[in-house]
Amino acid sequence: MTPSTESRIDVRKTYKLFIDGAFPRSESGRTYVATDGKGRFLANAALASRKDARDAVAAARKAFAGWSGRTPYNRGQVIYRIAEMLEGRRAQFVDEVARCEGITAKKAHDTVSAAVDRVVWYAGWADKIAQVAGNTNPVAGPYFDFSVPEPTGVVAVIAPQDSTLLGLVSVLAPAIVTGNTTVVLAAERGPLPAITLTEVLATSDLPAGVVNVLTGKISEVAPWLAAHMDVNAVDLTGITDPDTARDLEIAAADNLKRVLRPQPHTWSQTPGIARLTWALETKTVWHPIGI
Amino acid sequence: MAFEYAPAPESRAIVDLKSSYGLFIDGDFVDSLDGRSFKSISPASEEVLAEVTEAGPADVDRAVSAARRAHTRVWSRMAGAERAKYLYRIARLLAERSRELAVLESLDNGKPIKESRDVDVPLVAAYFFYYAGWADKLEYAGAGPDPKSLGVAGQVIPWNFPLLMLAWKIAPALAAGNTVVLKPAETTSLTALAFAEICTQADLPAGVVNIVTGAGETGRAIVEHADVDKVAFTGSTDVGKAIARSVAGTAKRLTLELGGKAANIVFDDAPVDQAVEGIVNGIFFNQGHVCCAGSRLLVQENVAAEVLDRLKRRMATLRIGDPLDKNTDVGAINSAEQLAKIRELSDVGEAEGAQRWSAPCELPERGYWFPPTIFTGVSQAHRIAREEIFGPVLSVLTFRTPAEAVEKANNTPFGLSAGVWTDKGSRILWVANQLRAGVVWANTFNKFDPTSPFGGYKESGYGREGGRHGLEAYLR
Amino acid sequence: MATRSIKTTAKAWAIDTAISMIDLTTLEGQDTAGKVAALCAKARRPDPADPTCPQVAAVCVYADLVPVAVQALRGSGVRVASVATAFPSGRAALDVKLADTRDAVEAGADEVDMVIDRGAFLAGRYQQVFEEITAVRAAVAGDGAGDGAGGGSGAHLKVILETGELATYDNVRRASWLAMLAGADFIKTSTGKISPAATLPVTLVMLEAVRDFRAATGRQVGLKPAGGIRTSKDAIRHLVLVNETVGEDWLSPDWFRIGASSLLNDLLMQRTKMSTGRYSGPDYFTLD
Repeated sequence: MTPSTESRIDVRKTYKLFIDGAFPRSESGRTYVATDGKGRFLANAALASRKDARDAVAAARKAFAGWSGRTPYNRGQVIYRIAEMLEGRRAQFVDEVARCEGITAKKAHDTVSAAVDRVVWYAGWADKIAQVAGNTNPVAGPYFDFSVPEPTGVVAVIAPQDSTLLGLVSVLAPAIVTGNTTVVLAAERGPLPAITLTEVLATSDLPAGVVNVLTGKISEVAPWLAAHMDVNAVDLTGITDPDTARDLEIAAADNLKRVLRPQPHTWSQTPGIARLTWALETKTVWHPIGI
Repeated sequence: MAFEYAPAPESRAIVDLKSSYGLFIDGDFVDSLDGRSFKSISPASEEVLAEVTEAGPADVDRAVSAARRAHTRVWSRMAGAERAKYLYRIARLLAERSRELAVLESLDNGKPIKESRDVDVPLVAAYFFYYAGWADKLEYAGAGPDPKSLGVAGQVIPWNFPLLMLAWKIAPALAAGNTVVLKPAETTSLTALAFAEICTQADLPAGVVNIVTGAGETGRAIVEHADVDKVAFTGSTDVGKAIARSVAGTAKRLTLELGGKAANIVFDDAPVDQAVEGIVNGIFFNQGHVCCAGSRLLVQENVAAEVLDRLKRRMATLRIGDPLDKNTDVGAINSAEQLAKIRELSDVGEAEGAQRWSAPCELPERGYWFPPTIFTGVSQAHRIAREEIFGPVLSVLTFRTPAEAVEKANNTPFGLSAGVWTDKGSRILWVANQLRAGVVWANTFNKFDPTSPFGGYKESGYGREGGRHGLEAYLR
Repeated sequence: MATRSIKTTAKAWAIDTAISMIDLTTLEGQDTAGKVAALCAKARRPDPADPTCPQVAAVCVYADLVPVAVQALRGSGVRVASVATAFPSGRAALDVKLADTRDAVEAGADEVDMVIDRGAFLAGRYQQVFEEITAVRAAVAGDGAGDGAGGGSGAHLKVILETGELATYDNVRRASWLAMLAGADFIKTSTGKISPAATLPVTLVMLEAVRDFRAATGRQVGLKPAGGIRTSKDAIRHLVLVNETVGEDWLSPDWFRIGASSLLNDLLMQRTKMSTGRYSGPDYFTLD
């Protein structure tokens, strides 16, 4: 006999952090209430501490050599695999995005579709950005001289607050497709799609530590990321308060992090390559030509 | 018979030094509002060359206003093809006056004439010529189909390559349609002021280029001016960080080209004599006053003794002295202050247990001089292996394997440049790939070209100067 | 006991103490004079940017590189330790082991880290293990007497038990006593070549042994966990264990050492974090 599904109590998910490929709770043991657009309880999310941020940065640094050393073709395939896994979980994301952002199921459906397509778009850039952002340099002498883009290193990302999945993948995918590793602070009020995305990442052949996701308070975690001397760049897209953005930019100057300031954005528009290039370095190599 | 070289000094007569110089604002040389000035001296003789005006905040404000007007009314509206012709004109004028500029640069900076004559000034003209051609082709520069200039660029440059750094800053800014307020370093203002004359000779519209002279406070006034849209700085990492903090929370764009502690890696299969030339060029070029200098020699342990022997022999043939003498290889240290810093860090190196060796040479009595010097037995834990000395001082370290060489090379907060010497092509590409540095010279060192992007990773700054990439800093 | 909370001034003290207890170690087949000299520079001045940073206790190398270390550390106060007795396996004839030991001492080693014959120990030939230690003790002292009280050279003897191969805590305790009775100045957990190496439970057993040995004989013996202690947290846990088990008498480099290499940079990063209030990174500390 098949038991009746009507009376079944559903098994709910514990929303945890994503650090070094694992799903720990905050080392602090704390949680906070994630709410929907109307302030109603959605779930208890882990309240990350500065030590979680430290562990996430260490994981990202450890993953950097391996991830940036992959062939661009391989990175492209891994990112494309993320899109495949996202697609397979559409229903779950539609539900969470609708609840977190307070939008209709129809609109959430479109948003999730756009997010999947955005990941596919960025996946294709893996083995093309070097041909757009790099070149040989016709120097006035007997030298072969070329410039290539390289990932800047560990990128801390303050994810957009207003777009919990599409905005998130729109800032995350361009950072990792070029070989950076990341520590993402998810949207503060509505972090659930970000956590569910980590379950997608964990099953996408993405090496542990390439993406680490923290949930918690900007005011508590972001300053530690901005000041961390082993972080190479910080994306302030999710910062809405100008004074906070300024303070974080000041902290970022301690080791001259590359800073992407908050700026107006429409996530539904096709992005240009600015989000690829801001976290890239240009390396120029010279060699004499002769016999 | 002693086989002696005859002194061959370049004539100073080609330079028409004025006793004092004003600020170049809105197309005219003007006095500062508060009448302050300072002296520019020749570091090779301590002779006063000229009195230079010190710009205060009110002068900087005048310059920024002039640049804003010129940007709004003239320069940003001008067709790119027309802007290009002004830049071509400037390039030609620079070439025409190249010998005069070289002598002036050597007088004011202390660098050997053969360097200012054969490297700096030709490159200055080349940068203007290169960027001139971009002015009407900006839609192909990679910044989008309809790129726009930013507005007023505030630019602060160092004393090590006074005119060349000016070219790196002004040429791309102007090509992209920006106007500039530039401050040369206080010890080396004179070629920037000569450049102002060239702008006048080129009939460049008033206010497009403004040169304000002064020290750190003048630079701060430029960086902090509310009407500056873009800040470009070349100099020390500490000042770079202060600038990054000061533009935080504003809409100002920022590029920084800062310090370095470049590893010059010599593998055991490298052609030793060529490598030695590269080591010498890497650290003694321009008295070591080079942010990308190869100041950390990483030599494979099994060839260290041989490389060092040959390096010392080569260093003994370097000629130190009068910058205007065509025979001179190594000129004067730019200032008393810099000389004190080099001496201090060298003393630290000795106190830390490294072995010091200086090329045997006689130093002139007057002026600021430091002999080409190497420290052996240095390890990463020595301050002279970590801090930028910015002088003719080389720290020599050893390594055993390629992986260890790369690890040591990258074990620094800096990431401006690096060198690698080996006969093996695959190893060059592997090492170049592993190094976290913006410029990698393989089997060469300290090469520059207008088409070639230059700039650092990590605490060596951000943004690139040169090439197509150099335009990105001045377009939106 | 690893749950003791150590903060602010106590933590700063613990970090500096841990640094001062480190035997900075390189024991690789690929060691060269250049490598050892670089390590010595690091030992003298672990943080070149901060003169208040303490030196480490010793540099630990193979015997043939002792002269390089002696030269590089002269006048610094940092001691030179040499492994000996067919390190790390200990598989050689006794006269080979003694020659190895004399080599190290004659080259100027201040301390000798010997390995016991684990095969003999596990086979139950405790007397043989004991006699080897006393013989090495005599060779270290340079007087042939083997009275366990030091002697001619004044060099210290550390006896490595290689606890990972002894397998049980009972064996660790028995080997500890055996080494102390045979004249060890220090007992040391591991060569670093075998995993598991230094673990907290093993350190605890050995701390109890040195504690009980002093109570029984009046002679204080030092302890050196080595291998596997890589983070500041690990190091501080060990210090807490020392404090709780044997007390302050052992909380000095004279009586407690930590054999390590990568631990040092983690301690330096923690140290910098405490003074700057932000997390540091590996670029700011030297790799030597």
